Amino acid sequence: MAAPLLPFLHLDSLWLQVTGSRCNIACRHCFISCGPKVDRHAMMTRAQVQVAISDAERLGCRAYYYTGGEPFLHPEILDLIDDGLASGPLHILTNGMLITREIAAELAHRSAAADYSLDLRVSLDGLSAAANDPIRGEGVFEATTTGIRRLVEAGIEPSLALTLVDPAGASPEGRTAMLGFLRALGVERPRLKLIPPFRIGREAARSGRYGPEARLAAEDLDDEAPWQLGCGTSRMVTANGVYTCPILIDYPSARLGDGLAKALVPIPLAYRACFTCWEEGFSCRS
Amino acid sequence: MPELSAAEFWVGPRVTLALFGGVYNNYLALDVLLRDTYRRGAAGVYFLGDVGGFGPHPARSVERLRESAVRCMAGNYDVSVGNALADCGCGYTDPRDNHYAQISYDYTLDGTTEEHRRWLAALPTRITMMVGKHRVLLVHGSPRRINEFLWESTTPAAYIHHLCELYQVDLIVNTHTGIAFERRLADGRGLINVGAIGRPANNGRLTVEYVLLHLEDGQLHSERVALEYDHARLAAEMEGEGLPPEFVATIRTGWWTTCLEILPTRERRQGRF
Ligand code: SF4
Ligand code: SF4
Ligand SMILES: [Fe+2]
Repeated sequence: MAAPLLPFLHLDSLWLQVTGSRCNIACRHCFISCGPKVDRHAMMTRAQVQVAISDAERLGCRAYYYTGGEPFLHPEILDLIDDGLASGPLHILTNGMLITREIAAELAHRSAAADYSLDLRVSLDGLSAAANDPIRGEGVFEATTTGIRRLVEAGIEPSLALTLVDPAGASPEGRTAMLGFLRALGVERPRLKLIPPFRIGREAARSGRYGPEARLAAEDLDDEAPWQLGCGTSRMVTANGVYTCPILIDYPSARLGDGLAKALVPIPLAYRACFTCWEEGFSCRS
Repeated sequence: MPELSAAEFWVGPRVTLALFGGVYNNYLALDVLLRDTYRRGAAGVYFLGDVGGFGPHPARSVERLRESAVRCMAGNYDVSVGNALADCGCGYTDPRDNHYAQISYDYTLDGTTEEHRRWLAALPTRITMMVGKHRVLLVHGSPRRINEFLWESTTPAAYIHHLCELYQVDLIVNTHTGIAFERRLADGRGLINVGAIGRPANNGRLTVEYVLLHLEDGQLHSERVALEYDHARLAAEMEGEGLPPEFVATIRTGWWTTCLEILPTRERRQGRF
């Protein structure tokens, strides 16, 4: 059975893996297995980031996402933020641990001065050290909540990204608890991004690989699919080239070439992870 | 690229057009708007969609629009009500927002006669016109999607350029978000979001907004107009109809209290909640 082809509509958002697979921690559920010594995808240079952004701008792109690894490991992150914000709204996905008071102040300054929105999305996997740290590592809860507090003190309200390692988190009570958690950290306008676990990368070892049922057929998809799935309106750029989406950068077949212009093509939803996107109605965008 | 409806032409040394969106059942603001556009000499008045939702007595707004000379378009709300769909198709993501949206949608659908529904369902979803030498495209959300939100802080110049190229127009005029803004490209093309007359723009003011488009000596420029209307009466009528107190508070304070999750960071920070 051939995998369904997903049409590409338009480059609404461009994802950039600015620090490659380099992260200051090594979460047990990381679907791209990032960590302190992981260099499968190198850090992008500022010049590489600028080329990708100006290509995307010419294609009518409307939003940028910086991810990694951990973007704040990049030695030129503030310059990269200037580059992104000059072109459009910018989202930064971070674990928040490296946000010092100085960085928070720089971010707040840029957020106030830019024409476009600057969004910080901070990841946590539980609302206590006991729930979070077994997945993300000893001391991470404390460091991440400190980062959130610093952002709030500087005048930036981050959103919270939470991987649903416990599916009960998505219940109304779970949401209420998360919103309350953010309010207690000083976030007056709390926002959430709930992420289903993708059973690839390190997460495959933690919760088991996908079974044979995790396959999409053409009749599963409807006209809304390319609007809803991230890969219908976005692409991911790493130092290694352009990929269908931020989830599949370790699949050689998901690499679409060196440049963006030729990567805006229909793609086969042939990957197990596609099943999760579709089943959960998930897209990486905010 | 979808087919465009027949073009309309505006010519002359001086032409003023009025453009507004989002009535949201606020027939009191609609009355003020109709008088105001007449007084200011608007040669044409265009409504970019969303008659219903939020406010009281849905039939009153539909009746006024049908009796007026306003050129009307359908918004997502009108498509939903016109076809008696299950919800308003506003595109909210938060369950609490959807809860409130459903209350006003059910109320609006309930108060819309079959004849009104037929009228709503027949409205065009886009209008192209020539204003002098400028090709202008009117849409509800965006040229791509009737319920796409184009906010100031998330609609970069590159995207507006793309839309102008794709649809071969000089100016795109839209609504749907409820907050007005204008962004012009270096070459003069651009996008104007006219905001909404149904409720204040999350700015703490009790007025609502629409836009005048002036053609003068071949050039197009816009003017934003704030309208005062009897908000106390609207709020009282909303209470009388049993509409959510959260909605009434917006009319009385000028701050949005629901449907906040769709707001980008910048626009959200400018509000109180
Ligand atoms: S999930 Fe995020 S924070 Fe954790 S290791 Fe992967 S990239 Fe780093
Ligand atoms: S994993 Fe998700 S975003 Fe990536 S190609 Fe598959 S469906 Fe698209
Ligand atoms: Fe709308």
